[in-house]
Amino acid sequence: MTSGSHLERILGKKQFAVTSECGPPRGADPEVIRRKGELLKGYVDAVNVTDNQTSVVRMSSLASCVLLKEMGFDPILQMVCRDRNRIALQSDILGAAALGINNILCLSGDHQKFGDHSTAKNVFDIDSIQLIQTVKWMRDEGKFLSGEELKGVPRFFIGAAANPFADPFEIRVPRLAKKVTAGVQFIQTQCIYNLEKFEQWMARVREREIHEKVHILAGVTPFKSVGMARYMKNMVPGMDVPDEYIERLKAVPKENQAEEGIKICVESIQRLRSIEGVHGVHIMAIEWEEKVPEIVKQTGLHPRPSA
Amino acid sequence: MIVANRKPLEEIEEMIKGYRKIILAGCNECVTVCAVGGEKEVGILASELKLSRKKDGKEIEIKEVVLERQCDHEYIEQLRSFVDEYEAILSMACGAGVQFVAEKYRGKRVLPVVNTTFLGVTEEQGVWAERCQGCGNCVLDLTGGICPIARCSKSLLNGPCGGSTDGKCEIDKEIDCGWQLIIDRLKELNILDRYEEVIPVKDWSTSRDGGPRKRVREDLRL
Repeated sequence: MTSGSHLERILGKKQFAVTSECGPPRGADPEVIRRKGELLKGYVDAVNVTDNQTSVVRMSSLASCVLLKEMGFDPILQMVCRDRNRIALQSDILGAAALGINNILCLSGDHQKFGDHSTAKNVFDIDSIQLIQTVKWMRDEGKFLSGEELKGVPRFFIGAAANPFADPFEIRVPRLAKKVTAGVQFIQTQCIYNLEKFEQWMARVREREIHEKVHILAGVTPFKSVGMARYMKNMVPGMDVPDEYIERLKAVPKENQAEEGIKICVESIQRLRSIEGVHGVHIMAIEWEEKVPEIVKQTGLHPRPSA
Repeated sequence: MIVANRKPLEEIEEMIKGYRKIILAGCNECVTVCAVGGEKEVGILASELKLSRKKDGKEIEIKEVVLERQCDHEYIEQLRSFVDEYEAILSMACGAGVQFVAEKYRGKRVLPVVNTTFLGVTEEQGVWAERCQGCGNCVLDLTGGICPIARCSKSLLNGPCGGSTDGKCEIDKEIDCGWQLIIDRLKELNILDRYEEVIPVKDWSTSRDGGPRKRVREDLRL
């Protein structure tokens, strides 16, 4: 064990992990986080807290992680490189460790162009792979990037994202390999809709035996409606939504589309579970956290192990 | 070359609002090549300004000059003989030129006509594009001759991010993904295996982050 992480323990015992995510509110009300937490309690092993996702300002990931930690969760602190340089990142890594956060997810971060402050200056002092290296270096060598000794070492279970569907496809596995070289221990993928393409990617992952060096958690997001499916297909960069799902959702009456979306999600999870090297599922029910219990129950992944 | 864009006429007019006699100084280097501040553009802007004043029933006297460079003492000196006859200088050079002229003629307002944008190339007639950010620590040997600092929207040294789609950047379908270009080039060069080498954390102290930069060649000093 490299950390006190519950998620690391579950994966270490070769149990199929379930994670979900919680987007912090656009305001200072802690009850929003607590309410979302209540919905997920008992259905997930760890919960990601996003870091100003899509570059829209929200309550900080670290503060929200602490609120969830107080409720008994094992939060995953998402950290993007867009807004902080190496001084601030290392400082927040230490602060998170001091507050009992055990998991960190290292990300580049969406460009600020998509957000509510598109005229901001971005940072990108280091990138996501270098952030993985930084956390590992601090944990394993007990040093800052500058080489100076830390007094009190942060112990983190280190994660990162992978998008098997972005271009160019041929470097998607080499890119994962690069993250593993940098020291990543678990991966949460982009939402998977094109299962065939994901299976091709996993086959290449297995060819290189990368699945034995890193825990891969397959990302899923249930569709709320055909409109959402179309939006994901056409508007979200790096998203691959096959037409068959759009047709399938279109074929049911509007009031039943959400239910059909859940059904598709449950079927996907069942298929993903059977893929060698997939060690868990990451359910991103965007502003639809109340559906996570239903999805977890329907896939037979409830109750969650105590560790 | 340094590439620039001309400011809108209204903004330039606002800057020279109180003046009736000005110098309009073009530059024969980069801004001439990117067609924003050379002889031709000096003539056009002078006419626009005069016409606009005339509409308001006012006059403006404009001395049109084009200096060989506004980033070298000897050429800026050429304004010396008549500068006192004018109230202000409108410089059509890049930001470096505007400042250098201002350093020399301290009692004069020196005002910028262009917005200096980037270090780039002429991709085709009428199209200029960024290639370099002057980070002071070139990595082109590692990335197949394509700069990730200048050409990736996030300046990722280990890209691409998950937003690369069909060779384009997530921020704009008109912008090539810098890392797609790097990967294509590494492939052409038969060195794609180098993609898997993790490029370490960069030393930005050679960039603007290290403070304003200066280079001194003692052997060349007089």
